[in-house]
Amino acid sequence: MEQFYVFLQQMVNGISLGSIYALIALGYTMVYGIIKLINFAHGDIYMVGAFVGYFAINYLHVGFFGSLFIAMAACVLLGILIERIAYKPLRNATRIAALITAIGVSFLLEYTTVFALGAQSRAFPEVLGNIRFGFFGNKVFITNKELLIYGVTLALMVLLQFIVKKTKTGKAMRAVAFDRDAAMLMGVNIDNTISATFALGSALAGAAGVLVGIYYSAISPLMGMNPGLKAFVAAVLGGIGSIPGAALGGVLMGVIETMVIAYGQSTFRDAVAFAILIIILIIKPSGIFGSNAREKV
Amino acid sequence: MALLEVNNVSKVFGGLSAVTNLKMKLEAGELVGLIGPNGAGKTTVFNLLTGVYQTTTGDILFDGKNIAGKKPSAINQMGIARTFQNIRLFSDLTVLDNVRIAYHSHVAYKLPAALFRSGRFYAEEDQMAERAVKLLKIFNLDGKKDEIAKNLPYGEQRRLEIARALATEPKFLLLDEPAAGMNPQETAELMNLIRWIRDHFNLTILLIEHDMSLVMGCCERIYVLEYGRVIAQGDPENVKHNPKVIEAYLGEEVTYA
Amino acid sequence: MKRLLTRQNMIITAALLVVYIIVQVLLSTGIISAFYETNLILGGIGIIMAVSLNLITGFAGQFTLGHAGFMAIGAYFSAVMTVKWGMPFILSLLGGACLAAVMGFLIGLPTLRLKGDYLAIATLGMGEVIRVVLLNTKYVGGAAGLFGIPRITNWTWIFVCSVVTVLCIRNLLWSSYGRACISVREDEVAAEIMGVDITHYKVLAFVVGAFFAGLGGALYSHYYYFIQPGGFGFMKSIEYLVMVVLGGMGSITGSVMAAIVLTVINVFLQQYSAIRMILYALLLIIIMIFRPEGLMGSKEFSTAMFRRFERRDDRGSAGGQ
Ligand SMILES: Nc1ncnc2c1ncn2[C@@H]1O[C@H](COP(=O)(O)OP(=O)(O)OP(=O)(O)O)[C@@H](O)[C@H]1O
Ligand SMILES: [Mg+2]
Repeated sequence: MEQFYVFLQQMVNGISLGSIYALIALGYTMVYGIIKLINFAHGDIYMVGAFVGYFAINYLHVGFFGSLFIAMAACVLLGILIERIAYKPLRNATRIAALITAIGVSFLLEYTTVFALGAQSRAFPEVLGNIRFGFFGNKVFITNKELLIYGVTLALMVLLQFIVKKTKTGKAMRAVAFDRDAAMLMGVNIDNTISATFALGSALAGAAGVLVGIYYSAISPLMGMNPGLKAFVAAVLGGIGSIPGAALGGVLMGVIETMVIAYGQSTFRDAVAFAILIIILIIKPSGIFGSNAREKV
Repeated sequence: MALLEVNNVSKVFGGLSAVTNLKMKLEAGELVGLIGPNGAGKTTVFNLLTGVYQTTTGDILFDGKNIAGKKPSAINQMGIARTFQNIRLFSDLTVLDNVRIAYHSHVAYKLPAALFRSGRFYAEEDQMAERAVKLLKIFNLDGKKDEIAKNLPYGEQRRLEIARALATEPKFLLLDEPAAGMNPQETAELMNLIRWIRDHFNLTILLIEHDMSLVMGCCERIYVLEYGRVIAQGDPENVKHNPKVIEAYLGEEVTYA
Repeated sequence: MKRLLTRQNMIITAALLVVYIIVQVLLSTGIISAFYETNLILGGIGIIMAVSLNLITGFAGQFTLGHAGFMAIGAYFSAVMTVKWGMPFILSLLGGACLAAVMGFLIGLPTLRLKGDYLAIATLGMGEVIRVVLLNTKYVGGAAGLFGIPRITNWTWIFVCSVVTVLCIRNLLWSSYGRACISVREDEVAAEIMGVDITHYKVLAFVVGAFFAGLGGALYSHYYYFIQPGGFGFMKSIEYLVMVVLGGMGSITGSVMAAIVLTVINVFLQQYSAIRMILYALLLIIIMIFRPEGLMGSKEFSTAMFRRFERRDDRGSAGGQ
């Protein structure tokens, strides 16, 4: 029984981490779906989100939701700006050229932040206090922060699903992702639609940044690298281009990683995530929710 | 023994049966046409014969050997070559390289010979280049051997595809709408060329074509496909007057010779 | 033999010898300082890594993000051979390269069925797995790294190894084997139909590329006295990918030039250490926006260029240049 409680506790922690991965993964998956670019700078937008949240709380003295909103708004601007300046000129270039550009943007964000703020990590301000809710006779705990992460993630995903499925912009996004030329012929404004995709993805990354600051209480300019990679892996795991896939992939990734730390060796955490990825890719390259497209000859 | 035997072959995509119970028999040296309306399943037959697709049921014997489960490259090495309906040249490479790549299975030198540039390497490479140019000459492309394939005019790209297929030194050549997009004069020339190739290289040829005049004038035997089934076969005269064929082509433009 | 004694080959050989001797003299007279020597070595390793990666990604068209993983294997295994087994350097070099090639085969066989970005991600994952496994292997020092590797790599070793690498990969590419690899990049279906066993050639490119990456790693570990798994992560793979793309995918001379240019830029940026990475990032973005095909595109730089613009065929012709 004791074992089970430990497992349950790890589950709680894993889903929190996974929610953050999921939020980042959504941005990857949407951008990939629409312009087939692995946006390596996406993890760094998440970092910028965390820092904007940090400054908003410290200097504007806004609360959690205020900082969340400001961080998301700032990331929206940043995302659109990056797309317009760096990626748009390369839309017809090779994919690999676009990828190198994305890596360049990633370095730029990381090292500009290092230059401006120093490489050391900073303590994220406490705005929520620590409240723990015990279950099963105080064997399993959920903190107020974890509940907040679940709640915000869920709300944002529902909102995203609504935007993508019901709004005009969302429909345009799906049309462009499906067939850009056809969408253009149908009168969809491609540039605006791609911008909207970057805006949405970046907003989610910004939110993830603030949530991570709240949860782990420490942020640093290079914090986006590793979660960025893992979130991308999560997106591939779920089936890249698929929104529910990214959400599920992210949560799975977080849970697996937490379990490896709890039951295995923490130094293996990254390897296990990637090993699972490789196995999935080999068995079903299109991921959990992706569809296998075969080339017609 | 027939060169090619297709026994009750079917191919199903999802719910759609693109080819149903296909039976075909080609003797060595024949020049056979495969015709049928759009979407009849002609290209699918080619894809099955070349291993691009696996059959759902039935089997295909080439030279008495079953080709089931073989990779396209292995099937090519058995002696089947083809062209594509939508040209698929190595478009960023030169004309000469397109042909040389196709000679690849007949290269005998090993990797060390290439790495250390042995005499054998040069001898074989020279011989290959010579043969490639000779082949290009047949298609009147030898003057353009150093051009990038995608910069050739359309008709020349089609001819280059045939040259490339021949470079694999096949026994059996499949041509998927070789005259598509050509003008009548080019088409006529191409038909003469195809017959000449067949005689010169001792080939068996299966040819898909929309242009009826071309098929009728060139092929000795014809299979007519509709909705994945053979609805008629025989010599051009018979096929031309077959009521089922006339019906199948009703509404389509039929140009008789 | 006569074919090897072309005018161009003689010019190139003479030029290489001159470069070698000049640098050697400058080194032994101390005109090239230790700082520049280090960069010279890094540049040479960059050439080996970039050219071998270009074989896989630029020529055979298989997008990989795990090249540093093979480098790590070469670096570690050769170091183990030298330090723990007391082998001579030359054997360690070959051992490191061979083990990397074997790993290339084992990794390539299952993953090369994947296409494009999926392959990239799988190889990225493989690279990370290799790194983490090293991190957890006590025998090679784990996270602390492997110490006490003698410094054997010097300008002569680097020079010889880079020339051998470039020559081998060039000879491979300008042969039937290389053309088959390139056909895989151009159109897999058409290549297969022309009798090219595409899996075979993808794996070949991968194994040969891994071999030379292993060689680069072995040279690296025998220069730095000590190595850590962290030094061979994803960022390292990216570093070499940048060289390949910058030089031009499918251009060997492009990779060589890019490796040199980027090393020089790196030296130049050292003096602005605070904004070095920012400038590097801006440079990457600007170059990609204005010249996405890289410095050379898929063309090769040759002495023929001095006389006339190169005919495209020169790349493919076997007439030993
Ligand atoms: N890979 C595939 N997946 C699903 N359906 C396919 C595939 N390939 C062919 N089909 C279907 O099989 C049928 C036959 O197609 P095929 O290309 O063989 O026709 P065709 O006779 O060559 O036509 P056309 O004259 O237009 O070239 C079509 O309905 C086509 O949509
Ligand atoms: Mg067809």
